[in-house]
Amino acid sequence: MEVLTPRSLDEALRLKSENPQAVPIAGGTDLMVAINFDRIRPNAVLNLNEVPELRGWSRANGTLRLGAGLTYAEAMREPLAGLLPALAEASRTVGSPQIRNRGTIGGNLGTSSPAGDALPPLLVAGADVVLASVRGERRVALGEFVVGPKRNALAEDELVTAVELEPASAAETFMKVGPRNAMVIAVVSLALRAGEELRAAFGSAGPVPILVRAPRDDADAFPERVAEAAAPIDDVRGTAAYRRHALRVLTRRALDRCLA
Amino acid sequence: MKIELTVNGEQREADVWEGESLLFALREKLGLPGSKNACEQGECGSCSVLLDGTLVCACLVLAAQADGHDVVTVEGLGATGEPHPVQEAFVEAGAVQCGFCTPGLVVATVDLLAHSPQPSEDEIREALSGNLCRCTGYAKIFDAVRLAAQ
Repeated sequence: MEVLTPRSLDEALRLKSENPQAVPIAGGTDLMVAINFDRIRPNAVLNLNEVPELRGWSRANGTLRLGAGLTYAEAMREPLAGLLPALAEASRTVGSPQIRNRGTIGGNLGTSSPAGDALPPLLVAGADVVLASVRGERRVALGEFVVGPKRNALAEDELVTAVELEPASAAETFMKVGPRNAMVIAVVSLALRAGEELRAAFGSAGPVPILVRAPRDDADAFPERVAEAAAPIDDVRGTAAYRRHALRVLTRRALDRCLA
Repeated sequence: MKIELTVNGEQREADVWEGESLLFALREKLGLPGSKNACEQGECGSCSVLLDGTLVCACLVLAAQADGHDVVTVEGLGATGEPHPVQEAFVEAGAVQCGFCTPGLVVATVDLLAHSPQPSEDEIREALSGNLCRCTGYAKIFDAVRLAAQ
């Protein structure tokens, strides 16, 4: 195994292009588990911790740019938490303080798990994922970025460098069901943004997180619509029937919270 | 590969396997077995250390990622015969049973009190939510945190 540690984004993209099999690592909250348990043994890992361009967040012409290296702990902090309240709420439900200090938004996107807690709030915010390679930069709508369970639109020479989205202009919230508060992979999760249009996105209730939209006047029928849009399965964390039911309940509660 | 890092204020070097965790390097290469190895998946918190002043699970940090960085383990909090006030509070409150989770809980508590010297009950619970203890039911541990905060 080889560890590649670039000190700039240019160097990171060059290394990824020269070593397309290199697996990116930032917070290590997914990859290190796989390595520790000998589930994968990559030829090379690309350590992104020393790439300053991936850190932090910025705002230009109203658009927010979250660096791929933004941690959940950072997403929970003001003033960002006030600009993206559902993402902050989702971040608070991730793992534990130790996990939130290391885990990154870019890692959540790269892993593309159906249970990724950051994905529903980013979906309702209409986020674009910024992908970069030595060939240049492109933007992919989050809904098109995740193409299957743990599968995404990244080309082998590309890295997730950022997410771009608009700050919340309407009430929004995030909810998650699990057996306890901390250290829980979502049995089901839901983000809702209630503007002129209602936008809900759920996690752990289908192969990919799905965005469901409806006019604000259709709020009464919205919980059923969200539940119907899900394609849940039975697994160790819950049954399909429970997940669909929970989505209906969460959507109702989220609407009550946001439309109050 | 060789890594150079600061551990408990001391400049150290270690020869590590590229896929090795910081936890393994601390315990097996640097002679610091205070950080415990249990779940190896970030669930239990018994390997909690401070990396550049931030609370992390050492099992989820690639040792190579710690190259050039600053690590504080439970061994670096106090000295022999001079325990850290949080360690004293854990002894005083009887917050130790089998003791395996204790180093991680002590490091997490030190981190909590550094950010919030007078934590609320909810803050204590949240701050220690990533540290599992299977012996005590946590009551004495919370007593120790309150005691240390005084």
